[in-house]
Amino acid sequence: MKAMTYRGPYKLRVESKPEPVIEHPNDAIVRVELAAICGSDLHLYHGMMPDTRIGHTFGHEFIGTVEEVGPTVQNVKVGDRVMVPFNIYCGSCFFCARGLFSNCHNVNANATAVGGIYGYSHTTGGYDGGQAEYVRVPFADVGPGVIPDDIADEDALMLTDAFSTGYFGAQLADIEQGDTAVVFGAGPVGLAAARSCWLMGAGRVIVVDHLDYRLRKAEESAFTETINFGQVSDIVLELKKATGGLGADVVVEAVGAEADGHVLQHVTSAKLKMQGGSPVALNWAIDTVRKGGVISVIGAYGPLFSAVKFGDAMNKGVTLRMNQAPVKRQWPRLFEHIRAGHVKPSELITHRFPLDEIAEGYHIFSSKLDDIVKPVITVA
Amino acid sequence: MPYTSWKPGNQPDPEELRARIPGWGADLDPADRPAFPREQPGIATGAHWEIPEQQPTRGGERERSIEHERLTPVFGTAQPLHGLSGRIRKYAYDRYSEGQAAHWLLLVVGDRVDSAGAHVKSLFSKRPDDPITQSGVLGERGRRPISSRLQPGRIDMKHAWLDPILVVGPWVLAGVLLFRLGRAIVLPARKRR
Repeated sequence: MKAMTYRGPYKLRVESKPEPVIEHPNDAIVRVELAAICGSDLHLYHGMMPDTRIGHTFGHEFIGTVEEVGPTVQNVKVGDRVMVPFNIYCGSCFFCARGLFSNCHNVNANATAVGGIYGYSHTTGGYDGGQAEYVRVPFADVGPGVIPDDIADEDALMLTDAFSTGYFGAQLADIEQGDTAVVFGAGPVGLAAARSCWLMGAGRVIVVDHLDYRLRKAEESAFTETINFGQVSDIVLELKKATGGLGADVVVEAVGAEADGHVLQHVTSAKLKMQGGSPVALNWAIDTVRKGGVISVIGAYGPLFSAVKFGDAMNKGVTLRMNQAPVKRQWPRLFEHIRAGHVKPSELITHRFPLDEIAEGYHIFSSKLDDIVKPVITVA
Repeated sequence: MPYTSWKPGNQPDPEELRARIPGWGADLDPADRPAFPREQPGIATGAHWEIPEQQPTRGGERERSIEHERLTPVFGTAQPLHGLSGRIRKYAYDRYSEGQAAHWLLLVVGDRVDSAGAHVKSLFSKRPDDPITQSGVLGERGRRPISSRLQPGRIDMKHAWLDPILVVGPWVLAGVLLFRLGRAIVLPARKRR
């Protein structure tokens, strides 16, 4: 089969690989139709995630058709069109039994600090991902869900991670009616989080980024105020001014490991790999949130340490909430929002690349060219 | 003016927000928020087992974090450990917990050794690595490479010059080292002066 394969930092190519096989009685093999490139895939692409092996196939956002099932699978069948959450999880461990699907303890032999994720290095379990013609889906009775007839394919694809994660991030912020919410990052997850803050009843939503075209998208499709931090001398001061000196009630950090805005932080983490991630946006979140406020972190970081301003967070009495999203928990309510016309997740998508041109897709996305927000890979 | 107990500024009008923004306040009630409460004991997952069956191992021993008491019931089988990078990674897994920086730093060293080894190996294959096509840079044609980069406020341009060095630099360095090594082998020391 054809599959995207990693060849080292900033390099990848499409190779012919053996098709995946049933390794466990509750596995399924899914023939991929659409996959997406996630902003967090860029951390792998840039060589930031430890134990990313040559030959690894990335991709944790995908939909497709069930091609084969193991002998104990009973909740999906061959021919079903399924959307697959980025989490791999067993459904029965201490964490899964409480709904913490992203923290499953039974699927990642390589680490206990993170659950299983498709195509996201061996640090998250060593599973090849969905930027390929076929993918192995463990615990097929637990993870994948049949795509409802009235949900469009590209909406379903966005619900496998990006939109669900943004929606989850807005919930982590514990928004009350009239709250002022600041969202750092106008990428796909940040835009979804901003849109979701309104669903929770926020009174103001302010999105911060340095890319004007993404801020325009935030204004047009997420109805938010915006600030370009590259065009102000001090973003924290700007946000304090915008909130009458108090700071925001809640802040959503939707940037993660490659945050820009401080050259030393960015270069030591994203380029020199000396930190688990550049905590620029997280530090701004700590400085921007009001005392007693809530910070929701949904940006992805590596497992190494980062230079976080923890003293200010403690002194301000900030509540920090964070997690990888337990994606499938979000779906029933998000289906309702889509059907009611409240949200249209596929609006995030700006570019489509065939699998054969996936290297170009990564480069354009990584370099933020051509007003790209969310690239999708057409496989079938 | 000193700070008061009131939130500064005009407070937003819920009716105006509801009229302007589709779905505003639809999830105001925490009971409508699927992530609330965070832990939901007994949540339906689709699992019809208490203990998952164990996935069989094929070939050699599967590496695992020493924080796990046993191999997890399910595990990835992509890219098994091999060669020198495999030995470095195995040592990192066997010797250090995830709480030790050495665990992660050794894994990063393993990544670079794996990468260098794969590049060298590819030179002797029918499809050697090509940093131009594999970087995807050719995709810039027709996608506004200059105007995109000149948008106001783009602060990533301050360090963008580093990227080509990171991509091509190791190849140039390896070429220089190979040339010098080859010259040292072929030419006696006095003729190299």
